[in-house]
Parts: sequence; structure tokens; C-alpha cells
Amino acid sequence: MGGSDPSGRLVRPFTLTGGRTRPSRADFTLITTVTTADPQPETAARPQPEHTRILRLCVRPMAVAELAARLDLPVSVVVIMLCDLLEAGRITVRPPRPVTTPDPDLLQKVREGLGRL
Amino acid sequence: MAGSDTVSRASADGGAPDTVKILIAGGFGVGKTTLVGSVSEIRPLRTEEPLTMAGLDVDDLEGVEEKRVTTVAMDFGRITVSGDLVLYLFGTPGQQRFWFMWNDLAHGALGAVVLVDVRRPKSSFAAIDFFERRGIPFVVAVNGFHGEHPYPVEDIREALTLPADVPVLLCDARERESSRDVLIALIDLLIAQAAAAAG
Repeated sequence: MGGSDPSGRLVRPFTLTGGRTRPSRADFTLITTVTTADPQPETAARPQPEHTRILRLCVRPMAVAELAARLDLPVSVVVIMLCDLLEAGRITVRPPRPVTTPDPDLLQKVREGLGRL
Repeated sequence: MAGSDTVSRASADGGAPDTVKILIAGGFGVGKTTLVGSVSEIRPLRTEEPLTMAGLDVDDLEGVEEKRVTTVAMDFGRITVSGDLVLYLFGTPGQQRFWFMWNDLAHGALGAVVLVDVRRPKSSFAAIDFFERRGIPFVVAVNGFHGEHPYPVEDIREALTLPADVPVLLCDARERESSRDVLIALIDLLIAQAAAAAG
């Protein structure tokens, strides 16, 4: 957000979300991966500019937190736009691996990956 | 960008990789972003969330004379551990009054690293308390000042009243290998816990 006027920040992002401040879906976590649907649905309305930016960035899979950082927008705002894009069929999402019961294979994979650093 | 050519698995969601996260916690200015940056394949990224005063405890409003927009910044990095698995490292906000955000951050995390500043170890005490209370596995990594470690591990363990089963390591958060070894220590702890749970 750089040196922009902090009092102006709240107004602009939320105009991007049609005045809504709460996501309609709770399934976008920081590390949920978003991918632009290919091909795009033909019937969908023309996406607004911020949506188009998201669709460009997510041609390759990208996590929500990373997307927010690259858009320079709060995660909460990006999630609301992602809800719209998901409803329009313009993106697919992949939730993070559940970790409630530790998966030894997953942990081993992380261990080996770190060992290669 | 590193990792961009490693997504090999085709799936219904465009070959998106699995994702997991680890939290990097500790007192303000202890070196969380330094640690993230030393092992991340990307320069640490930052997200900022606007906060309303309604999100803060009454105590936190003391001394706040004017209504203004406060933001909480989170720095994070990424490690592609294999073609279909990506690990994210999230530095938690260091200021204690933003800790209500930690619950969201901690949800779904594999575990945590609590970084401790060797000059003021007690500034990380609240972070330790947070993970202990929630039963989230963590290791304690003592970040040296200019890489110097004047105190042995056992002194730090005692100062922080850490139970024997919490691993304590000395590290230099500026060094890639050192930060990597801290993460590996956490994963080894998780593997040991998973093995114990499996009986």
C-alpha cells in the first residue's frame, strides 16, 4: 500500500466489491489456490478491470495471499472478488491440504523438499 | 519465478498444487521476515488488512485519540517442496494487540516456529503461550544477535519455562541453511508426533 493516504484506502477497495464487505464463501483461505478457468465461460458478463487482473495472474495457479500481495489489495477484498469469479465460473479453486490428522507421507514429502534446499 | 515450471500434475483444478503452511511467530522485530526471506524462493510478499477499531479489545484503544484506519501487515514466503506441494511461511503480526488475527492464521497450519531474540527472550513468551494453549506443535529457534549465541540452549529453555518435549535450537535467521534446519526440526517433531499417535 506504499505511502498512500491511509484514510483513502478503505474507500477504494470496497468500491470494487459492490459495497459488500463480507465474502459469501468461507472457503477461501490464505493458501487456497486459484486457477483461471480455461476456456472461460462464454455466457458470462464482461469482467471488470480488477477481475481481469486476477484472471491474468491466475493463468498459473496462485494462492490467495500471493494474489492479494501482487494486487496490493487486502485479502478480505480479494476474497470477495474471487467469490464473484467463482460464481461466474471464471476460476477454479483448490483448498489447502487438511492437516487435522497429520499425514506421514505429506510430512515426509515436506522433509525431503526442505532437505534439497 | 522459481517453481513455475514444476506443476506437473494434471487435475480438474488446472494442475494446482497442494498447499500447506507454517507460521513464523515471535516478538516484534525478532527476525521473522528475515527468516522467511532467507529460505523463501520469492522475495517475501506482504499483505495488509485494514482493521476497524471494533476488532480490538477495549484496552487496546487506550491512547488512541483519533479514529483512523489501522492495518495489520503479514509477510510471507513460499517454498515449492515438490512438483505438487507448496509450503507457505507466514510471519505473524508481532504486535501483541493484533493477536486476535492469529486464530485465523493458525487455522490449518502444520505447526509453528517461535523465534526468540537472544537479547530479550521474554518478548516471545506470549507467542509460546498462544501455541501451547491451542495445542499447535512448535519449535523454539533462538535467533542470535549478529549470529552470536552467548547463552546455551538450556538457559533459554529455563528462562522461557519450556517443557522438555519442545525442541529448542540456536539459529541465525539470516542464513538459509540455518533457517532451513529450523523448519526441518519442526517437521521432524511433527513426524515423531504422527508416529506416536499411530501407536
